[in-house]
Amino acid sequence: MIEVKDLVKSYGELRAVDGITFSVESGEFFGILGPNGAGKTTTLEMIEGLREPDAGEVRLLGAPPWPRDIDLCRRIGVQLQSSAFFEKLTAREQLRTFADLYGSPHSRVDELLDEVGLADKGDESTDDLSGGQKQRLSIACTLVNDPEVVFLDEPTAALDPQARRNLWDLLGRLNDRGRTVVLTTHSMEEAEALCDRVAIVDRGKLLAIDSPTNLVRELDAPVRIALVRGSVTEDRARSVVGVESVQVDGDSIVLVTRDPAPVLTELARLDALEGLQVRGGTLEDVFLNLTGREYRA
Amino acid sequence: MSTIRSLANAMIRGFLRDRQALFFTILFPLIFLFLFGGIFSDPSQSKSDLTLIGKVPLVDELPPQARSVFDDLFKVHRTRDRADAIRKVRDGTVDGALEQRGNTVILHFSRADPVEAASVQGTLSSFVDQANVHASGTKPVFSFAAKQVEDEALSGIQYVAPGLLGWAIATSATFGSALTLVTWRQSELLRRLRLAPVSGTAIVLARVIVSILIALAQTVLFVVLSVVVFDLKLTGNWYLSVPLIIAGTLTFMAIGLFCGAVAKTSEGASGLANLLVLPMAFLSGSFIPLDVAPAWIRTVSLVFPLRYLNDGMLDVMVRGKGPGAIVVPMLVMIGFAAVVGGLSGRFIRWDKA
Ligand SMILES: Nc1ncnc2c1ncn2[C@@H]1O[C@H](COP(=O)(O)OP(=O)(O)OP(=O)(O)O)[C@@H](O)[C@H]1O
Ligand SMILES: [Mg+2]
Repeated sequence: MIEVKDLVKSYGELRAVDGITFSVESGEFFGILGPNGAGKTTTLEMIEGLREPDAGEVRLLGAPPWPRDIDLCRRIGVQLQSSAFFEKLTAREQLRTFADLYGSPHSRVDELLDEVGLADKGDESTDDLSGGQKQRLSIACTLVNDPEVVFLDEPTAALDPQARRNLWDLLGRLNDRGRTVVLTTHSMEEAEALCDRVAIVDRGKLLAIDSPTNLVRELDAPVRIALVRGSVTEDRARSVVGVESVQVDGDSIVLVTRDPAPVLTELARLDALEGLQVRGGTLEDVFLNLTGREYRA
Repeated sequence: MSTIRSLANAMIRGFLRDRQALFFTILFPLIFLFLFGGIFSDPSQSKSDLTLIGKVPLVDELPPQARSVFDDLFKVHRTRDRADAIRKVRDGTVDGALEQRGNTVILHFSRADPVEAASVQGTLSSFVDQANVHASGTKPVFSFAAKQVEDEALSGIQYVAPGLLGWAIATSATFGSALTLVTWRQSELLRRLRLAPVSGTAIVLARVIVSILIALAQTVLFVVLSVVVFDLKLTGNWYLSVPLIIAGTLTFMAIGLFCGAVAKTSEGASGLANLLVLPMAFLSGSFIPLDVAPAWIRTVSLVFPLRYLNDGMLDVMVRGKGPGAIVVPMLVMIGFAAVVGGLSGRFIRWDKA
């Protein structure tokens, strides 16, 4: 479906993308995850055919996307990092215009409005839509030609947590019918929630690529069990079998273990479960482990 | 084809819903028309109101040429109500009332406005004299032709309207293409369209069609208002202004393309467009008639495409010249459009950075 080999792109001295290789299978929900400036957009745009790679090779649906290939354009759907609309048109008019450009029937327009949950906003001017609604409309615009591959560049950036979660439902449905989706995000949570596989990039390099579960599992990160401070003494906590270390952190006491089941049983027996919070490894830990730096989006 | 139509459609809707764009391209030039139309139209040349009571063969049977001169001088009202007509003269609503009994033509006038009254009297009596000469069947020995010292009969609105229209068209064509290019690039719509099966040519053609439609709409509004409010008189070949307007639109779209290619923001593009078009308008006779401008301005103006647009429009709209008059302006403008448009097209960028 998509094959990327040794991709390089420099802006002056800066190597924005520095030798990235991966491939995306048909029907996959693929995530490119990384902090700001990691090179996600640059990578995505080279795959879409918007930028010419300095070196390396891209094949999209079996063909090179650069130079521009109109036939390829018809088969893909792209949402750029900023939602690109025609000024002053209503939501329905935007979709109609895009449908015309792709030669898709207008009947598709109302279906799409419905699909992205904007059925009652069709006649509203695009300028008056909320951030989340704009993103939905923008996603609808990428779907007018019923594309085989959809590219989404940070579709949930700049949304509040609630709107972001609402959008995840819609995004999660995008590859229901075997469509391939490639999405960039700097949210670890989002990648875990949506993606079949994730490529973690930082400073133009690919750090790791696997399913979120595998990435976390391979990390073999310890589980952190947090309790209200005082529910168990530090010494007692340290003596529980399986606990590797104990940290006191503000109002809570944290027990670090790789074998949480017996530890939790013992704590329950001690009746010391007040304020219990259990946190396993996350992609954030994966990032910390790979780069030695805290993940900050 | 449907791509172009749908892009043009989107542009037109965007334009019609953009109050600011509507104001600056449609209303603003009209405000200038009213301002300049008011300043330059000489009040002493305004027509006198004359009421004809019943049938007045002297006027009704004037030969066509004399009739048109008569209509230039008088705004004619008609009535059968003699008393009412005379009352209106008395209260000054009209400048005179004319009736004819047999071979006597009677003018009712009031002394309230002696200048106007004298001018009406004088003018009418000359028509009567002419009619007498005509009736006697002899050729007149003397004839009289008045000549104004300024541009022949091209005073007031006759000069102002075509020039201002040229400026209005230049402005809206320049801004239209410059702002479409810059805002579409800023919003990344251009890049988005690059990933759709749409050619650059289709986008340009759609914008050309929209700009030409806007220019023609401006022309209709402008001319209709000038005719109705300011008595602009179009000459027979006014329709030749249509090709001129289309060529002018292309020329200034090319200038807009240049502004949009050079500027990064829409503010920058409008600033640059104003910087180019406004001085050009001053120097090309859009605001100040070139006949009264210093010689150096007349020379300098020859490098500006607006000069050719204005000249062409004056020639065919009010000077009564024929198709020959638009040849040079058309060639200059199309050549300018091709060169500037071609050069600008070379360094247009799709993306922001
Ligand atoms: N057109 C450009 N010219 C110069 N430098 C650029 C250009 N585009 C991107 N860069 C630089 O390349 C690097 C990678 O940029 P890119 O946009 O790919 O990052 P990103 O991962 O998409 O970041 P974000 O999460 O902020 O969108 C950044 O340091 C950026 O400043
Ligand atoms: Mg980005």
